[in-house]
Amino acid sequence: MSVDNETVRRIARLARIRIGENELSAYAGELNAILGFVEQLGEVDIEGVEPMTSVTPMALRRREDKVTAGGHPEKIVSNAPLSEDNFFMVPKVVE
Amino acid sequence: MSDLTKLSLAAARDGLKTRDFTSLEVTEAYLKAIEDANPRLNAYVEVAAHRAREMAEASDHKLNSRDGGPLEGVPLGIKDLFATKGVHTQAASHILDGFKPEYESTVTANLWRDGAVMLGKLNMDEFAMGSSNETSHYGPVVNPWRALGGNKDLVPGGSSGGSASAVSARLCAAATATDTGGSIRQPAAFTGTVGMKPTYGRCSRWGIVAFASSLDQAGPIARTVEDAAIMLTSMAGFDPMDSTSADIPVPDFAAAVERGVKDLVIGVPREYRMDGMPDEIEKLWTQGLNWLTDAGAAIKDISLPHTKYALPAYYIVAPAEASSNLARYDGVKYGLRVSGKDITDMYELTRAEGFGREVKRRVMIGTYVLSAGYYDAYYVRAQKVRTLIKRDFEQAFADGVDAILTPATPSAAFGIADQDMNADPVKMYLNDIFTVTVNMAGLPGIAVPAGKDAQGLPLGLQLIGKPFDEETLFAAARVIERAADGGFDPEKWW
Repeated sequence: MSVDNETVRRIARLARIRIGENELSAYAGELNAILGFVEQLGEVDIEGVEPMTSVTPMALRRREDKVTAGGHPEKIVSNAPLSEDNFFMVPKVVE
Repeated sequence: MSDLTKLSLAAARDGLKTRDFTSLEVTEAYLKAIEDANPRLNAYVEVAAHRAREMAEASDHKLNSRDGGPLEGVPLGIKDLFATKGVHTQAASHILDGFKPEYESTVTANLWRDGAVMLGKLNMDEFAMGSSNETSHYGPVVNPWRALGGNKDLVPGGSSGGSASAVSARLCAAATATDTGGSIRQPAAFTGTVGMKPTYGRCSRWGIVAFASSLDQAGPIARTVEDAAIMLTSMAGFDPMDSTSADIPVPDFAAAVERGVKDLVIGVPREYRMDGMPDEIEKLWTQGLNWLTDAGAAIKDISLPHTKYALPAYYIVAPAEASSNLARYDGVKYGLRVSGKDITDMYELTRAEGFGREVKRRVMIGTYVLSAGYYDAYYVRAQKVRTLIKRDFEQAFADGVDAILTPATPSAAFGIADQDMNADPVKMYLNDIFTVTVNMAGLPGIAVPAGKDAQGLPLGLQLIGKPFDEETLFAAARVIERAADGGFDPEKWW
């Protein structure tokens, strides 16, 4: 599997990172180097092996279903680049 | 008065308690040291002098009335990855410009509960992605160590390079750090300091900027094994705010430090003897085994057959989790925003400008391996390999091994802007070859200074332990520390 410029463009779009046309081949080269390195995992016999989902043998804890935080919207938006009346402001998304 | 920055954390704590000096005096000594050194070493990205003095005065007040916690009045440095309320927290990234959290991470809250004083926030690789502390938005950190007779700037390792450099150069009594693939142990080895990555779940991840959530663990970097043990005792503990936090008691780790290694079985994994391994690393390893044998331990050859697959599996799992975790940086909730013609344009421009090259590369790899059609071939396969890596360790421990000794890094510190490392990302990644297996298996690991290379640069050994058996690691690391007999203070040139 080899990553070409078109694939880099597609991944960049999925990752929401703007990549300039002049940067595409550099990224393709670097991604191919990394993917080439991980290719060796193909040698490993993984027949019947369960994929790891938790590194420690523990059941996910549950808590009572009740509100334990909130009520401070001004703190939530305090670091926002743009906010109004405790709402995050973004460019118009619906015409 | 003698230089208070020369004291170990344990000695500073004791002297504070007996009121030989005040916390304000120790804090001022460190603030002065930082002021002198930081223009050259770039270890701190933010010095919180005002707050440090306030905390020190509050500690002195308590100490005067024979009160105070186990770290009362001791000045610490905090990696920029930990949320500290109202204080610079940017993971050394441009995309978190100006971010000041409204809350405190559990680990730092535990330290303040125990009386510690915060000197400031420490430089690091951006989002903890790097092995040389060169990916920081704030520029590289410089290692206080230099080769004998040389004046070339060396890297302190990464990602906790600021923590390691600051501890080594005596710019704090000890520091917090985090480790996803080796980010505590590799910089500790490069700077002649002690770095402990505890078992996954030992320290709460709440309030630590997430990189790869199934691998990230906080731990200390300190100047002695005892200091690291004291730090971890305060940092660790169950936290309901982290669903993977382990609900088990925290022992007094410092009490285990002098326990010795008599009758312990130390495993030596044959797969860690890599092709082309430098002679001096090989010698260091043998020396470490001899020291442990002299102290009464038995040595056992073991096999961890999937070792060579840990790093490639890591470079699927970690970027995959990172691509998901870093999706939150979108120019809306905090940090940098670059305006665009619509919302998608804004996201793309913000992330293009806010993330550095290494972060973009990893987010892209993660996005690729998780994308439709590739998920099973890459991600699921890597998670299966991870199961096998963990099984290797379980087998060794089931066969009677108490701890495993390996080199910490394949070499000593290298130069800033190293040509080879910069030309090939994989070459940089190989720095973590001995440490990354430990994260993949969720185990505790400690790096302890054990010797020097031909250029006089520090080299470290790593001990790997059973889950939640950090105590054995502290005890064994102490045996190595004592046998190596010091000499790990860099000569001051800055």
